[in-house]
Amino acid sequence: MSPAELQSKTAHPVLAIENLVTEIRSVRGLIRPVDGVSMSFPAGKIVGVVGESGSGKSMTAFSIMQLFPTSAARVAGGRVLLGETDLIGRSPEQMRAIRGSRIGMIFQDPTSFLNPVLTIGRQIEQQLEAHRWTGGPPAGDRGQSYANRVSELLTSVGLPRDVSTRYPHQLSGGQCQRVGIASALACDPDLIIADEPTTALDVTIQAQILRLMMRLQRERAVALMLITHDLGVVAEVCDYVYVMYAGRIVEEGDVRSLFAAPQHPYTRALMSGVLSLTGTGNIGFAVPGSVPDLAAPPSGCRFHPRCPHAMPRCSQEAPPLFDRPSGRSACWLHDEATP
Amino acid sequence: MSGTYETKHAETGSAPTPLIEVTGLHKQFASGGRFRRSRRSVHAVDDLAIRIHAGETFALVGESGCGKSTTARLMLSLQQPTSGDIRYKGTPLSMMSEAERRDYRRRVQVVFQDSNSSLNPRKRLGTILTTALTVSGAVADARRAVARAHELMEDVGLSPSASFFDRYPHELSGGQRQRVGIARALAPEPELIIADEPVSALDISVRAQILQLLQRIQRERSVAYLFISHDLSVVRWVAHRVGVMYLGRLVETGPVESVFTRPVHPYTEVLINATPVADPERAQLRHVHVVSGDVPSTTERPSGCPFHPRCPLAVETCRSEVPELLPVGEAHAAACLRATERVEGLRLP
Amino acid sequence: MNGPVRDFWLQFRRNRLGMVGLALVLLLAAVALLAPVLAPVDPFRTSRQALLPPMSPGFLLGSDHLGRDVLSGVIWGSRVSLLVGLAAAATATFIGIVVGAVSGFFGGWVDELVMRVSELFQIIPRFVLALIVVSFFGSGLSNLILVIGILSWPQTARIVRSQFLRHRALPYVDSARVLGMKPLRIMFAEILPNVLAPVIVVASLDIAQAILMEASLGFFGLGDPNLRSWGGMLNTAQGFVQRAWWMSVFPGIGISLAVLGFNLLGDGINEATDPRLREG
Repeated sequence: MSPAELQSKTAHPVLAIENLVTEIRSVRGLIRPVDGVSMSFPAGKIVGVVGESGSGKSMTAFSIMQLFPTSAARVAGGRVLLGETDLIGRSPEQMRAIRGSRIGMIFQDPTSFLNPVLTIGRQIEQQLEAHRWTGGPPAGDRGQSYANRVSELLTSVGLPRDVSTRYPHQLSGGQCQRVGIASALACDPDLIIADEPTTALDVTIQAQILRLMMRLQRERAVALMLITHDLGVVAEVCDYVYVMYAGRIVEEGDVRSLFAAPQHPYTRALMSGVLSLTGTGNIGFAVPGSVPDLAAPPSGCRFHPRCPHAMPRCSQEAPPLFDRPSGRSACWLHDEATP
Repeated sequence: MSGTYETKHAETGSAPTPLIEVTGLHKQFASGGRFRRSRRSVHAVDDLAIRIHAGETFALVGESGCGKSTTARLMLSLQQPTSGDIRYKGTPLSMMSEAERRDYRRRVQVVFQDSNSSLNPRKRLGTILTTALTVSGAVADARRAVARAHELMEDVGLSPSASFFDRYPHELSGGQRQRVGIARALAPEPELIIADEPVSALDISVRAQILQLLQRIQRERSVAYLFISHDLSVVRWVAHRVGVMYLGRLVETGPVESVFTRPVHPYTEVLINATPVADPERAQLRHVHVVSGDVPSTTERPSGCPFHPRCPLAVETCRSEVPELLPVGEAHAAACLRATERVEGLRLP
Repeated sequence: MNGPVRDFWLQFRRNRLGMVGLALVLLLAAVALLAPVLAPVDPFRTSRQALLPPMSPGFLLGSDHLGRDVLSGVIWGSRVSLLVGLAAAATATFIGIVVGAVSGFFGGWVDELVMRVSELFQIIPRFVLALIVVSFFGSGLSNLILVIGILSWPQTARIVRSQFLRHRALPYVDSARVLGMKPLRIMFAEILPNVLAPVIVVASLDIAQAILMEASLGFFGLGDPNLRSWGGMLNTAQGFVQRAWWMSVFPGIGISLAVLGFNLLGDGINEATDPRLREG
């Protein structure tokens, strides 16, 4: 890819979500795991979405793909713009055509999406067939061009070519995740969504996989949405980060400035809970309590029951995202009208 | 023998008898079985020697399959070692009378990673704790057990205990369940708690709470921990001494400060380098050496030094010679043939 | 009601077929319990009014070839069916739990042996074996119960075993061992309450099977001769299928509803306790 092409690809977001709301019907009532979330994913950037369990980070990804783990979930509002088209309201067929081609996916457990009875090569070929991939040389045999594409992909993720003739159980966890990345890249997607891609891996393997993802993402100028609970991973690989709490974005910003000066009390609490390899002394202050129950979320700012700076206003009104030097932060402390 | 370093210390006679002393511990499993071709023996723990003193935290770190959890199970008598000895206050387990063994089991307790499956889903929290108190023999009569269970709950921060006593595990958050797990481990008044990845499944904000709780318990009761973790940053915070395991063997051990700032074994340094740092200014993954290759399975253990196929510093002798754990500094030992060069400043490429 | 039981009921209530099953089972239980009150006459009392069709005065569901009241027979027959069903299933469940628990918890050669024996029990045609045993040892009620019960344990045993295999490796069981709990207590006080749900499901289906088997034995004339049972009524109805359909149809309906009731109940419990079937 030429620098000019790279430039044009990074100009505007590949995918933007606006005011996304997702609902799940449950025995205990209506739950909103994603409640008014807006994000944007520019080409050539790695955007981290970080949060604890129940923050809605994975649900946001499911909502983009409209692929929910339960049939009780649905997108209840907002837009998901892939280029100019809104993905909300697309038919299942249209979404199937988009998933795996324009949006690639990398999962936490790579073995769960690989079919155990098909060879690796066959599985990626099937994906290319299903999306009628036409990126190969214009003339010639389709089957041959698919096979070439498979070995090209496997080589690019650092796997030997003969992996294509092997079955998933013959590969290690790290190798499976490399196959997962190859599959996500197969149809030259605009966006890759990676949901905790290294959580199940050992640290030395995690380091390899993160490096690989960084390299491929840069080479292909693809947008990467990296969902993780690990602030270390965010700091190591991301350009921009959204911090989610209980279904909402509490803070966003450029990674360097956000880590240098976290604005939201929750972000600060998260960072103080991070243990550094070089530091000594005592563990930073721990936030009391735990992530709230989404069936009965706290009123106003959802962090207020655990927040050391909570004011009366915090329990009454949900704060908007205020502009800060480092990005944006949803806390009433930033409001000039606050005494 | 990799026990050399530990034995030497014992010979000086100055150190008090350790609470637990493990020497020459081996555990082999017959693996496979379903397919005759793949049937082989797995050496899960290979010549392990560690000692844990009263009131200290010794951490075992390593990646999956390195044998750290098997070590825990051997020490908990949940499995029997193939060979080797576990001494409790100087007495080997194999020489203990039935009563002594029972006392050992009572004094060594465990906290598991998955707080969800470590509590019986059909039992109320109060029942879980009173059962732990009576079964272990810590409390004789039932009424006393109830009162003690309430105290334990308050101790671990489940307060007011009355509001938790009749709840079921699934009604609690992960952090609260882990507190119950800790309370249950405390019930028999243990001297050593084996904590197997106790915070790995927890969210960051809750993790800090649990680590603080474990530290407070240690201060108040001077209980020792064998802290098993794959997460070096957690170990850095909680442990006094650390042992790094690779494919069933201890490759480096010593005070946390010394091991983390001056790692001698290349594997230790590789692990430290691979651990993400939550500071974009010092982000290291883009620059430092990332070790290639997979963690080999214990069925295909390499000859010589188990780390040599992945080691950036491996030389010819590493293929054939199994390095012993030898002193490299103050209470610091490493099992690397190039340890002396490393101490003198040999760096990873 | 405590937590898990209440949760279960909330789930179960949503299952319409399960509720139908429960209603049928409760109806059967009520009829059986109240048989002396509900039945118009003694089911063995013969009369000269033989082979009366249904809706005849005094014989709501007609009479049989000996002039016995079919309605009273059906009502009293429910007692036999329910008793044999419950007792045989209880026997099967008891054996199944003990065998399965020992097999799954201890594993090794005990497990191998138990599984081979249970396979043996599953491949022999149970009905034929029951037929032979009952005709050999006599067809008293207790014999029927024992034979059906002993022939029905393998399914429960296999389920209990697979659950025990899973649970014995869970940390809560390890914790119990570390605390010094004895194996028997771990098996029956710690693990068993966690594996009861599928056992109850199988027990419910076992009851249905036992009712069916008892009726089948009765149909072949191997029911308890001292009791009026649905199977026995079918047996006597054999010669009168053309002339007196009511002699076979009403006990047949009784058998069908009872079997259906326990099957639906079992499925309902299964769905309410299996989280995989709970969604939506």
